Amino acid sequence: MSIEVKKISYIYMPKSPYERLALDDVAITIPEGKITAIAGHTGSGKSTLIQHLNGLISPSQGCVLVDGVDISGKGKEAREARRSVGMVFQYPEHQLFEETVEQDIAFGPKNYGLTSEEVQERVRFAMDFVQLDYEEYSQRSPFQLSGGQMRRVAIAGVVALRPKYLVLDEPTAGLDPKGREELMQRILKLHRQEKNTIVLVSHSMDDIARFADNVVIMNRGRVLMEGTPREVFVREDFIRQAGLEVPQITNIVKALKSGGMDIPSDIYTMDEAVEAIVRAMRGKNRAGGAERC
Amino acid sequence: MAFIECMGLCHDYNAGMENEYRALDNVSLMVEKGEFVTILGTNGSGKSTLAKHFNALLQPTRGRCLVDGMDTADEARLWDIRSRVGMVFQNPDNQIIAAIVEDDIGFGPENIGMEPHEIRRRVTAALKAVNMEEFRHFAPHLLSGGQKQRVAIAGALAMNTECLVLDEPTAMLDPAGRREVIDTVCRLNREQGITVINITHFMEEAALSDRVIVMNRGSIMKEGSPEEIFQDIDGMRQLGLDVPVATELAYKLSRKGLQLDRAIINQEALVEALCRLK
Amino acid sequence: MLTDITLGQYFPGNSLLHRMDARVKIVLLFFYIVGIFLFDNSWCYLLNTLLAFLLVGVSRISPRVVLKAIKPLWWILLLTFIIQLFSVPGEVLMKVWIFDLTYEGLEKGFFISLRLILLIGVSSLLMFTTSPLMLTDALEALFKPLKRVGFPAHELAMMMTIALRFIPTLMEETDKIIKAQKSRGSDIGEGNLITKAKSMIPILVPLFISAFRRADELAMAMEARSYRGGEGRTRMKAMRMHKSDGWAIGSMAVYLAVCGAVYWLL
Repeated sequence: MSIEVKKISYIYMPKSPYERLALDDVAITIPEGKITAIAGHTGSGKSTLIQHLNGLISPSQGCVLVDGVDISGKGKEAREARRSVGMVFQYPEHQLFEETVEQDIAFGPKNYGLTSEEVQERVRFAMDFVQLDYEEYSQRSPFQLSGGQMRRVAIAGVVALRPKYLVLDEPTAGLDPKGREELMQRILKLHRQEKNTIVLVSHSMDDIARFADNVVIMNRGRVLMEGTPREVFVREDFIRQAGLEVPQITNIVKALKSGGMDIPSDIYTMDEAVEAIVRAMRGKNRAGGAERC
Repeated sequence: MAFIECMGLCHDYNAGMENEYRALDNVSLMVEKGEFVTILGTNGSGKSTLAKHFNALLQPTRGRCLVDGMDTADEARLWDIRSRVGMVFQNPDNQIIAAIVEDDIGFGPENIGMEPHEIRRRVTAALKAVNMEEFRHFAPHLLSGGQKQRVAIAGALAMNTECLVLDEPTAMLDPAGRREVIDTVCRLNREQGITVINITHFMEEAALSDRVIVMNRGSIMKEGSPEEIFQDIDGMRQLGLDVPVATELAYKLSRKGLQLDRAIINQEALVEALCRLK
Repeated sequence: MLTDITLGQYFPGNSLLHRMDARVKIVLLFFYIVGIFLFDNSWCYLLNTLLAFLLVGVSRISPRVVLKAIKPLWWILLLTFIIQLFSVPGEVLMKVWIFDLTYEGLEKGFFISLRLILLIGVSSLLMFTTSPLMLTDALEALFKPLKRVGFPAHELAMMMTIALRFIPTLMEETDKIIKAQKSRGSDIGEGNLITKAKSMIPILVPLFISAFRRADELAMAMEARSYRGGEGRTRMKAMRMHKSDGWAIGSMAVYLAVCGAVYWLL
């Protein structure tokens, strides 16, 4: 099963001076059990798109199916489908409000009508996921934590819902390098352990190259490209047109190639690059190292 | 004499109270006129606290901070210091005061009591310096993040600032916006000789600067050219930081037996070094 | 949509109204409003309406935008009209249950509604053609004489400027918080009054925290840019009256005199 976005269009503030076509005939499929990345510059429509995935915004045209169920419906089935999609907004720590970490994380599970034992179990599970020790942090006020810890509490608040589909809008924005790496690794671990589907909105093509199975590139409210990172990154012209950049590794490899090195140009990760360069250098040595460079 | 000079700077938050803590501990540093300095450090390492001393938003608990020879603790010189050192903060939305771009850029000069025609001249020049002339009459909320940060830079330039202190100016921007801001800052440094102190989490930005200062838990851990700093990959990782992609690649290649210089911090240097290898 | 408001919306332009001194505009608006209330016969209403149309024309603001500013008042207008319709005694035109619909009521209802429309329309024209900063500067200047008795004219003007600047930002923020809490299964605005009020807490707490954080950062940014209150502050857009302002004042005086004459003679 999967999330199917069926030809949706969304008109922002219709019949006003600000009227704008924010999404234009967008059709994508988010396959289950995979990591799908959505990239695009600010204002490309990617935030509007993800808000359709759990019914926060209803499309002006078209529909969204989660596991085959149209989520615009009023019935129980549609509600369950909407609830199977968890959403972590940008800077989620700005939505904390409870007196203790435990209460804040429990907010979602309680709203979903779970028993208090279940809620407690979920809180422990989510805190474990974001690596916050339950004994130490559960009774602290979230507002006395550091910025990075607050971010983790907020993400735990959504993870505690155990969503089948987890949507994260730039989860690492504003964090330092260590915080970024740690958080990405935790998300990856959750993905492997829970076998859930991840939708990751990101600007970082390096992260997308490392983590994503699929990429959707948005530009001006339309899907510019969709495919595996490998298929997408080949079209550097499209990526630049969308206001994005290819992974830095790819740039380096391309510079080497134009410098005369015999190396394939479709290289997107560090490990691939190391291997290819070493191979190229050995080949060069065998050939006597007589190439121009 | 250096443009900015800190000697044994300490800063305690909530001094004398139960939750007192030391954000800066015995920091000494110098920044020369026209230099481009990057400050690196994890969240909570004291970078922002240090930056706020440079234009007297904070005063040292102990030690001294001199800007162009003026002591930041000297209240009589406060306004001279603030017009010489401009600040740009992380969140572009929370530093724009007026509802029209040109009014916002004029805010600083108005505060120091400049003549109206002089303010106009400065606003025009500042807009030109950040390439935002056509947005003069725009409302800020209609601009992109990168454009808003350029407005903030122009706001400082309009005060005839000699030094820009940027506190994670690109953290909330997309790649295009980030490039816009960094290109602008580099150009101002190169063409107008503006001293730049940039605080960032992006190692590629640090690689562009003349000198890198690494902070950890309120103290300066290391200081040197980007080449010197990024050579120590393990050390940087231990501090929760990183190195530019080119440096990491060079490091991994050298572990595979390629004879590469360790002081590689950008693509050009890496390509050149690999091409020279036989 | 929460962000759909025209409050405090300035449309940059270069019309005669845009170029006028904001102080003059405010004072003239005041006199116009006094005129509407003072001279309330049909001839004067006609004149006032014509002037309003003339002003919209001169401002080069689309009449649709002006209508949109009046639109939120539609219910109030209707209500006023209906109340007047039935509450003014006079010649009965129709009987609705126990109420009498009178000719005088019809007339009065119409004029009172028209008065409201003119009031809002022309006031919004002031907002549309004056940048918020100019507006607050003008208010500050007009209230300056009151400073001697301790009236904080500058501080109030600065507060208004910042409030206007942050309205769109905070609207966006509210929208985002509501969506985030909805994503966590919160039923906002459903159920009885108590559950409704309770469901507002997850929105209001983050909103206030965010507003305070913004205020804190903004204060820091203002301080960094040498802000130190109104003393010794200059203005880039120094308010200076031009010939056209003189003409406007003169025209307004003549207009009011004509209205007065029409009112007392007819």
